[in-house]
Amino acid sequence: MFSHLHMIPLLPLLGAAYLILFGRRHSRGVVQTLATMAVFASFVVSADAFFAGLPAVVHQGGITELVYEWFSAGNTTVDLSLRMDALSGLLCLVVTFIGTLIHIYSAGYMSHDEDYPRFFAYLNLFCGAMLMLVLGDTLPVVFIGWEGVGLASYLLIGFWYKENANASAGKKAFITNRIGDFGFLIGMFLLFRATGTLDIQGILDSAKGGGALTAPLWWGQSVAFWAGLFLFVGAAGKSAQIPLYVWLPDAMAGPTPVSALIHAATMVTAGVYLVARMSAVYMLAPAALAIVAIVGALTALFAAIIGFAQNDFKKVLAYSTVSQLGFMFVGVGTANFAGGIFHLFTHAFFKAGLFLCAGSVMHAMSGSGDITKMGGLGKKLPWTTRVFQICWLAICGVPVFSGFFSKDAILDGAFATEVYGHGLAWVGPLVGSMLLLAALGTAFYMSRLYFLAFSGPCRADEHTQHHIHESPVSMVFPLVVLAAGAILSGFVGVPPAIRELFGKHGESTLAVWLEPAVGAPLEIAHRTEWLVMVFATLAALTGIGLAYVFYGGGYRSPAHAFAKKFPGLVSLARDKFRIDELYGVLIIRPLQAMCRIVFQVVDRILIDKILIGGWAFVVDVFGRAFRFIQAGDVQRYLAVFAIGLAVLFWITARPAAPDAVRFVVEGNTVSATVVDDEAASGNLTYSFDFNGDGIADRQGKMPNATWTFSGPADYTVSIVVEDTRWHTRRTIKRDVEIR
Amino acid sequence: MPGHYYILVSLALFFIGTVGALLRRNALFVLMSLELQLGAGSLALLTFARGLGDQRGHVVAFFVMALAAAEAAVGLAIVVSVYRARKTIDLDAISELRN
Repeated sequence: MFSHLHMIPLLPLLGAAYLILFGRRHSRGVVQTLATMAVFASFVVSADAFFAGLPAVVHQGGITELVYEWFSAGNTTVDLSLRMDALSGLLCLVVTFIGTLIHIYSAGYMSHDEDYPRFFAYLNLFCGAMLMLVLGDTLPVVFIGWEGVGLASYLLIGFWYKENANASAGKKAFITNRIGDFGFLIGMFLLFRATGTLDIQGILDSAKGGGALTAPLWWGQSVAFWAGLFLFVGAAGKSAQIPLYVWLPDAMAGPTPVSALIHAATMVTAGVYLVARMSAVYMLAPAALAIVAIVGALTALFAAIIGFAQNDFKKVLAYSTVSQLGFMFVGVGTANFAGGIFHLFTHAFFKAGLFLCAGSVMHAMSGSGDITKMGGLGKKLPWTTRVFQICWLAICGVPVFSGFFSKDAILDGAFATEVYGHGLAWVGPLVGSMLLLAALGTAFYMSRLYFLAFSGPCRADEHTQHHIHESPVSMVFPLVVLAAGAILSGFVGVPPAIRELFGKHGESTLAVWLEPAVGAPLEIAHRTEWLVMVFATLAALTGIGLAYVFYGGGYRSPAHAFAKKFPGLVSLARDKFRIDELYGVLIIRPLQAMCRIVFQVVDRILIDKILIGGWAFVVDVFGRAFRFIQAGDVQRYLAVFAIGLAVLFWITARPAAPDAVRFVVEGNTVSATVVDDEAASGNLTYSFDFNGDGIADRQGKMPNATWTFSGPADYTVSIVVEDTRWHTRRTIKRDVEIR
Repeated sequence: MPGHYYILVSLALFFIGTVGALLRRNALFVLMSLELQLGAGSLALLTFARGLGDQRGHVVAFFVMALAAAEAAVGLAIVVSVYRARKTIDLDAISELRN
């Protein structure tokens, strides 16, 4: 089974290729089945590789498959090699499992869209690229996957490209990601320069030994710090962290299954995965980890606040995703890699579930996602509502649901971590407190969403209300599975404090599994764990309670009163703190102005007028000047041709002066004889310069000359032979050694 | 007869051919002059082939003959079609590509 890893990304990629080329020839059913089966087969292979090889995957550091040697230059070899350890295996299972569910869901969701082959081809392309990213064992292979998912994301955001807004949302996502990718590349180069390898395991081994990565690079910081920082820029781009988060909310322009799969469950978590994958490098640079954690905490809090005031179902979920990714980054940023990955794992289920609920709701609401026009959907969409309730409780962090355990793991880590050392010890408690606030915020905006959409009377117009209906089975089935995941997925990571109540000891299954890949889990005092649990639960319940006071059963008087009292605050949050406008003023508009200047000066004047027009002008002038030569008289051309030929013949065919010299050295005396094979000696004159002073020492018709040097040294003798009849001359230079 | 007499004849032929090609105004005569030049070349080749005892010269001479035949055919065809179009084969009159 060990050699089947390449099948995991290959199957969806083949599916994508086939559907792009031949998808139009098949019926809707065939296309959906093919696409779904490609991902499902990939899931089966992943599960087989993971569970059949469980001891090897988990405890012996993973299984590796060398597909082929990609390229090799000097001492560096880059292999197309794949590797499954607990970390990548877990991600593989998540991607293929949720991917399969979302393919099934898409069959129902896209049932009215004519362009289904393209859609499923892109979805398959995404799955293949994502699996490549996850399984890649060298940074370039990871980068291929990294760019591949970016491409798939771009294509799917702009899937309905006929609407200009969708197309530009796709471009925004792609360009923002490019900024991050630049950071990824720089980080990769730094690691390569320091360790001499692009192989991830090689870099990690090198990092575990300290060595080259701890050497200072710029401003007294180590290579590991800068590499970690630049890799985090890449991660921030892909995973929508401050300051590169702006693309993710706009990415909701794509079809909802895409939002669920790419922009909630899998692709956006790639940054977290990257940081966890390079954990050993980050462990060398606590300052880089601190930056990761602080950016994550800021993002978690900031996005949650924006989420308070959004009125679009998917936009709320989008900011929620940004916020939850912030949680994950705090997890990995506090060296609590297992915690971060745990939240990634549970979040994949409940956030995919929430998005698919959003799709189901919008399906019912004739395509509108405006929550101010919803309400009372609870009775009309029973299945969707149940699933949403479960996922909502999970994301709020209500005990027993998966989000409770994973959020807890991150908070525990933040308060307990000692990775920062003395100077930065304040970072852990700070980000922990920020996350507690963000958790309260999460509970508030998610509950607001729930109450406004599902409780109370319906605020939609008559016509829309009439159409509200539960979604087909193909859409409800994935929802139910995801809801089950949202409940159960937390149990792989139950903290030791609770495990003890059930008579079990030691770390949770997940932490044990991940240990070889990301290092030992943090030691956390049971008292801290219980305290955090209590506070996190309180935060969740407070958030839900507050939201009920404001929005339970529709907009209530406190909500109106608050909006009336702080209109500026509310509109600021609704306008997303006008960050897009800020970027517009600070970056985009200056850039456009610069582009316009470059266009006017470089393109219009330098290139068009001077370089192109100038050369055209020169050619034109010469053409006008010399066209008198073109007399149109064939005999004149012939004459020129004949003269030219004669000149050429004269230059090439006349005999050359001889260039062979024979030297005889006796003591200090050198005699030189020019050998003339042509025996044209009557016309040849020779001048010999023995001592290199530029003045001829011997001259005349004699082909030989003798010279006595003053002492041993290296001399250069130059002889000029001139043919007086054919007017050719040859200069011969020769080094002579006198000992 | 010494070998260089043949070379002298070849040179003379080539000179006549060159002058004819450059100076005659009738396209037919220009074509004939070209044939003279080719003949002069062939003669030189044959002379050297015999003198040096190298058979390759003979082979090339045959090749020149084939080439000359092809050239004559194409050249005459062009002259004929030019005459049909312009009712003249005076090279001074055919200078459409001037300037």
